Amino acid sequence: MAQHQVNYASAGGLPVALTTADHLINWGRSNSLWPLTYGLACCAIEMMASGASRFDFDRMGVIFRASPRQADVMILAGTLTKKHAEFTRRLYDQMAEPKWVISMGSCANTGGMFNTYSIVQGVDRIVPVDIYLPGCAPRPETLQYAMMMLQKKIRRESANMNKNKKQRFL
Amino acid sequence: MRRYVPKDNVQKKAKYTDRYWVAPRVPRESIEEGSFFEEVVTNLQNRGIEILDSYIEIGQLVVKINPEQNLEAVKSMRDDSCFKMCSELSAVDYLAKDGEFEIFYQLLNLDEAKRARVVTRIKKEQGIESICPVFKMANFAEREMYDMFGIYVNNHPYLKRILMPDDWVGHPLLKTYPLQGDEAASWYEVDKIFGKEYRDIIGPELRDPARIDRYDTQRFARVGKEVPFGADPELVDKTETPIEDGYSKTFLTDYTTGSKELENRR
Repeated sequence: MAQHQVNYASAGGLPVALTTADHLINWGRSNSLWPLTYGLACCAIEMMASGASRFDFDRMGVIFRASPRQADVMILAGTLTKKHAEFTRRLYDQMAEPKWVISMGSCANTGGMFNTYSIVQGVDRIVPVDIYLPGCAPRPETLQYAMMMLQKKIRRESANMNKNKKQRFL
Repeated sequence: MRRYVPKDNVQKKAKYTDRYWVAPRVPRESIEEGSFFEEVVTNLQNRGIEILDSYIEIGQLVVKINPEQNLEAVKSMRDDSCFKMCSELSAVDYLAKDGEFEIFYQLLNLDEAKRARVVTRIKKEQGIESICPVFKMANFAEREMYDMFGIYVNNHPYLKRILMPDDWVGHPLLKTYPLQGDEAASWYEVDKIFGKEYRDIIGPELRDPARIDRYDTQRFARVGKEVPFGADPELVDKTETPIEDGYSKTFLTDYTTGSKELENRR
């Protein structure tokens, strides 16, 4: 919105700004991304640090919610075990559209160093992932950068989620 | 340069084996006369428990008994010798070596600050009596033993898997269980969430983290040979020349005389 400069003189003295519906909706969505409080392992510590006062996620409109019904983003922070996979998927299903997923850390991306029988080898086997965030564990700044990348992505895509062909499986 | 060594199975075999290597063993000492541990062994014998072997290992008493007498033995340790705590209880898989499991009960005497281990061996299909009436911690520990080794514990109040999910197949701590999981384990989450028909869509697990797929046009792009994001994999072959070998043919480079080819060496 900011790029549309308001020319008060031409609009008859009225503060009129012109934009598209996509722009307006995505502006709202991308600036109030509410992630689900979903820490699985040590990455959750970094996620909590991001939310706390030093790194201050709130200034970006990112407020952690304790309910999937109120959340837009699922930050999968940490090792996902196979036992827990079905609950992750259930939480994802409970989130209202539109929804996005950030896979945080090596374990969530690929299973990481847990090349074993009980760990899901990449959460993209379970849920469609928008942003893969590398690191073990990623610093809070990195998570904030990932969130900014997600904002960029949201601003780029259509506001009508049905048009966004993104999921391999829904 | 170092000699070229095939690196396909380096994890399967040890790099270097010493012919004269002798695995170090913890020295076993006999029990001293008149010591606290001798008293413990006598207390066990007074209860009619047959002691197969007993010795001291790193200041801890080890008592080997018959598996049928495990409950009485542990009870005697607690009541007669004041071992009030059972700090650990589990099994060791010796199926390949002896066809047996070794079950141990690690006990702690807080008054004397002494530790003792009651050890027993059971056959593969044999069960073991629960020691829950004596030590409450055995409830979870025996459930874990059942979960990890498949050892049935008789008269346990609630014998159910504790770490793995209830519908898991196999017992992961057995030596025969593959580290990266069997067939059921590798498809577990897919089967559970989406159903078996989704196996083809999701595909098998990627176990090699360094795997590079030339035909994956979403995650990989070869420099100078780029194709559009998510393009048809057939496009890859058209834009680039296929690589013959995944590794260098040159195994030894001598900069004065030139390099040797792998073929010549064979």
